[in-house]
Amino acid sequence: MADSIALSSLPIGSSARLVKFPLSGSAFLRLREMGLLPGTTLTLLRTAPMGDPLEIKVRGYNLTLRKSEADHVLVEPIATP
Amino acid sequence: MSLPAHVKSGTKQPVYAFVGNPNCGKSTLFNALTGLKQKIGNYPGVTVERKVGTAYSQHGQPMTVIDLPGAYSLAARSPDEAVTRDVLLGRRTNDTEMPDRIVCIVDGSNLERNLYLVHQILDLGRPVILVVNMMDLADKAGLKVRTGQLEQELGIPVIAAEASRGKGLIELKLAMSRPDLPLPHHRWDVPAAISSAVAEIQASLQDNDQKPPLIARAEALLLLTDQDQLRVAGSQPLSDRTAAILDGWKKRWSDEGTDWSGTLVGARYDAIGTLVQDCVQTSDQTVDQSTSDKIDAVVTHGFWGWAVLGGIMTALFLSIFTLAEHPMNWIDAGTVALADGVKAAMPAGDFRDLVTDGVIAGVGGVLIFLPQILILFFFIGMLESTGYMARAAFIMDRLMSRVGLNGKSFIPLLSSYACAIPGIMATRTIEDPKDRLVTILVAPFMSCSARLPVYLLMIAALLPTGEVPLATKVGLMILMYAMGTIGAFGFAWLFKRTLLKGEPPLMIMELPPYRRPRVKDVAMQMAERAGLFLKRAGTIILAISIVLWALTTYPKSDDAINPAEQVAQSYAGQAGKLIEPVIAPLGFNWEIGIGLISSFAAREVFVSATSVVFNVEEDEEDTAPLLEALRRATWPDGRALFTPLVCFTLMVFYVFAMQCVSTLAVVKRETNSWRWPLFQVGYQTGFAWLLCLIIYQTGTALGF
Repeated sequence: MADSIALSSLPIGSSARLVKFPLSGSAFLRLREMGLLPGTTLTLLRTAPMGDPLEIKVRGYNLTLRKSEADHVLVEPIATP
Repeated sequence: MSLPAHVKSGTKQPVYAFVGNPNCGKSTLFNALTGLKQKIGNYPGVTVERKVGTAYSQHGQPMTVIDLPGAYSLAARSPDEAVTRDVLLGRRTNDTEMPDRIVCIVDGSNLERNLYLVHQILDLGRPVILVVNMMDLADKAGLKVRTGQLEQELGIPVIAAEASRGKGLIELKLAMSRPDLPLPHHRWDVPAAISSAVAEIQASLQDNDQKPPLIARAEALLLLTDQDQLRVAGSQPLSDRTAAILDGWKKRWSDEGTDWSGTLVGARYDAIGTLVQDCVQTSDQTVDQSTSDKIDAVVTHGFWGWAVLGGIMTALFLSIFTLAEHPMNWIDAGTVALADGVKAAMPAGDFRDLVTDGVIAGVGGVLIFLPQILILFFFIGMLESTGYMARAAFIMDRLMSRVGLNGKSFIPLLSSYACAIPGIMATRTIEDPKDRLVTILVAPFMSCSARLPVYLLMIAALLPTGEVPLATKVGLMILMYAMGTIGAFGFAWLFKRTLLKGEPPLMIMELPPYRRPRVKDVAMQMAERAGLFLKRAGTIILAISIVLWALTTYPKSDDAINPAEQVAQSYAGQAGKLIEPVIAPLGFNWEIGIGLISSFAAREVFVSATSVVFNVEEDEEDTAPLLEALRRATWPDGRALFTPLVCFTLMVFYVFAMQCVSTLAVVKRETNSWRWPLFQVGYQTGFAWLLCLIIYQTGTALGF
């Protein structure tokens, strides 16, 4: 099993599987409802020109979140085939 | 037509609610179905647009259709979502009927996330029609949505549609005309870890909050995913008993380390996953990078992203200042011609002056804003409907976050350079109520186009003789815009730290795929917003124009031989003299005071008001006579009035002071109280006064 890293330190363009993120906080509640759940795969597409926020692809659509939230989202990188 | 309820009930018009995620094509469908039979307004107590229309069944029976605001979840996070939830749960029955049937619209190319909201709605146990929109995009993405299979699994009518091309519209109408809409089979089990809690909360909601069973169950589930209950007007707080039970469970779960909301959301997504697996075929071919992603690679690029943003903004301002100019001139010429016509047709007298100088000038003063506002709304509408708006917010977020706002405040603030009114109306896209309020509070600092004539006049008056060098002019102009902008950000920073402290705003935002704009929808939205402006701001501007006319006209004096003397002894003149002690420390006398007071109708009125005060025949093309008069103007002791320092101080005053009644009217409407507009008058004008005092007194001390 690969080590878990923060979503914010995932290299751009790579995919990862979500491991966990904080139980409470309105940001994380909404992220869950937007379809980000433990086990969900996502791809980090890019960051905004100034490095923040991040844009990810999850369940076929594009979503933005700030680095400050992405710092708390633990993911497990998926080796690109 | 007030029949007793039991008579009406037999033939009661069915009430449908249209519900869906943002960007699912819901409004296009609603417009297509109801045409121009729409009633647009606000939900009382909140500034969420309320759209209700009438559609006709295939037998010609009218059906009420409520277009609910776009929502991702019934666990509301924004006022928009709160309204959607409250209407569906029957919490707003005093202003909006509880819909008895629900049409859920989903984006076929993004089914899983769209079905999350549907899954919550199916809990309500009401007849539902599911519209799978954007089938073409789903096809392109290699997704085959088998609507027949979905229909079988859910037990409700499922309609494949492409709303932008009118496909699926007839089928939807047929389904809506069915008297016997089936109830969905909605088989899913609340996960064991939380099911007893749900049951207990549901029971308490039924017993202590008097909720009907199905609503109680839906609310019990929602309570587990709501962070703070975003309550809006019209919804009642929880009973103490229910709140206690809820807190008890949350505490217990936290101690055990149970992710209760994750468990619930996860169970829903699991159920959706199974459904999608059965009903959607994914073609094996790997889909190329979509067009949208290719556009995004450029539009959010480190260099090209800024270039595109800059280009669009330049185009926006160029069109506002060039395209709007002609219709503005026509409106101006039209009002003048009309006033002249009336003057020729009516006998001279106060009544005639009231009509020409009060009413017609007032109406003209309202209409003159319209071209700019329409162009701005057109741009905003296009940016929204193509999907670029979200990208602009994405790019600007980092900068805006420095003052505690998020990227969504960028467009409203930018629009305010043209006119604060559309800017403030555009703040509706900001979800967080506090962020929205902060944006509204600081938007008027952006130098709007009505300040331009004042800046130009003052720059021209700056040097007593000779021409002002171009570099000085441009430099001063940039300085004024920069001061306003810095002021706006500074105060935003301050408010976010003090008055309207909140959690740091989130930037969890969907970047919808780029779409070809639907010009018809954009045009409809533009017309709606312009109509709202005319109705609300317009009436107030008109009233103020009449009041201002009266203030400068009365009391009449028999001795006054020219308009300047008349104005001097009118109420406005008296008011100018009254405020002179307050503004004298800034270097302003009572004559300037009259200009400041008149600016409440619109800032550019300062120019015409000073023309009257200094008894100069007004001529828009040529301000030379006015400039001459300004240079000759003196204090009673013979000191020159418009020294360069005073001109500069006056410009600074116009940058910061809140002087625009139309803006106040719109702020009142958007914040639903007089509190915030009055606050703006206080803090903006107070700040302007203080700053001008420092500038003038320091300047004088330094010998300027």
